[in-house]
Amino acid sequence: MNPHDEHKEGIGGMANPGRYGIERIAYWLMRLTGLGLLGYFIAHIYETSNILRGQVGWDEFLDLTQTTEGHLFLTLVIGMCVFHTVNGIRVMLGHGGIGVGKPARPDYPYLPASQNSQHKIGIYSAIVLAAIAMVYGMAVMFGE
Amino acid sequence: MLRLPWYTEWLLCLVNKMRESHIMKIHYGTALAAIGLVAVHILMRLTQGFAESLEYESVIENYKFLPYAGLLEIILILLSIHGFNGLRVILLELKQGRIYEKAVSYGCVAAMIGLIAYGSRTIIMVNTGMI
Amino acid sequence: MAQTPSIAEEKTSSAVSSSKSITLRIARFNPQKDSDTSFMEFKVPVEKWTTVLEAILDVKKHFDHSVAVRYSCRQATCGSCGMVINGKPRLACFTKISELNSDTVTVEPMHNFPIIRDLAVRFDRLFNSHHKVKPYLIRDDTDVSSDTKEILQSPEELEQFIQFSNCIKCGLCNSACPTMATDSSFVGPQALAQAYRYVADSRDKGKDNRLKIIDESHGIWRCHFAGSCSQVCPKGVDPAMGIQLLRGYMLGFRS
Repeated sequence: MNPHDEHKEGIGGMANPGRYGIERIAYWLMRLTGLGLLGYFIAHIYETSNILRGQVGWDEFLDLTQTTEGHLFLTLVIGMCVFHTVNGIRVMLGHGGIGVGKPARPDYPYLPASQNSQHKIGIYSAIVLAAIAMVYGMAVMFGE
Repeated sequence: MLRLPWYTEWLLCLVNKMRESHIMKIHYGTALAAIGLVAVHILMRLTQGFAESLEYESVIENYKFLPYAGLLEIILILLSIHGFNGLRVILLELKQGRIYEKAVSYGCVAAMIGLIAYGSRTIIMVNTGMI
Repeated sequence: MAQTPSIAEEKTSSAVSSSKSITLRIARFNPQKDSDTSFMEFKVPVEKWTTVLEAILDVKKHFDHSVAVRYSCRQATCGSCGMVINGKPRLACFTKISELNSDTVTVEPMHNFPIIRDLAVRFDRLFNSHHKVKPYLIRDDTDVSSDTKEILQSPEELEQFIQFSNCIKCGLCNSACPTMATDSSFVGPQALAQAYRYVADSRDKGKDNRLKIIDESHGIWRCHFAGSCSQVCPKGVDPAMGIQLLRGYMLGFRS
């Protein structure tokens, strides 16, 4: 099919969050962290199944993951998990119609009530909390 | 080869008949439940000390403690449902078409069941002392 | 006494008195001839008040009359001149060049709409989705009879949906939506906001019917509250709010 048939913006347009503010960046981060966490979850299930190989098998696998790279990866996972959780709660509340403003007669310059400071604070909080959790996670993993 | 459990076909049939709102309510519910349970799981790691909690004996002990094994099983089910439904949503939005959409939906349900079966195998085998 | 310029004067005013000019890049594409989009550049004289639509019409008048553009009212009421201006969907008649703070203005057809030619796009999908959500009052007593009375509504009841009645079907929201960017079957923010407009109307009795229509795999649940639709709406409709409030009914937060 000719790409002009539907003239869809495609993943490139979806992935270009700069034009639409922090809400669009949060949308994109939510997707990426979700996919990342699913990947980690599958890997974690495989990782823990090594316990069935006995102590030698478990220790062998642990040696592979308990490295500096492994800890850095886990730090990233912590960040993804915290962002996905906090932003997920914000999105869920929004989906229920909570904190999206009340319908009213719009006045120029027509600032959308749904794009309010509560949600912006929610997004920034998710980013800040993810950063704090990552620092804490690094302190725990590298501190031992 | 990994064999899917007998209830797979029944589940696929159920998913096929579910309305999107039911699926998304499950999506939200599994997320909320998982937040609390994963927090308990992580806190258990931290209270034991991160490195110590990963030692073989410690892990075995955890798995043998039935309430904790139950917690892991519930987390496994919740996150598998939530994760693979999230993947289904992303894939459905990327490309459209009857066959593709059916393949994505069934594929995600099958992967979800497969992961639950694989993870449960570990939990059950260690908990019942089969290793 | 204030002087009102004649139409003839207005048409030539920019060329005569302008002190500044900008480069207008117009996307050119004819699906019947071209394999890809190309851009043509024009030096256009502008004033502080010149809109993008006026600049395009200037190009049509003085340089290339074959540029295809749809427009009508020139006052953000008809919703005809939606296009992507410097990367963002906007109404050409409602966007002043001076507010873009750029010496180069690039205009492209709206994304997620099939191109007819150059800047003109097809609206079939938008109107089909709009029609799908039954954008009219559904009542048991729709037949107008001699004893038909007014259906009274309080100001508070009116406030619930009046904002969403401002939709001019320009399609900017659908063009900005990240789901529409990849999902050819998604109902879209315009139609979903209109579904809310009627569901929230105290005179309407078609709530269950409409909620059923949008409760499908490419319906309301494919909105992820990115809010881009609301950010580009030129009439303050705020589709993202309407969609979340509508979803509130489906999740049991509203009745």
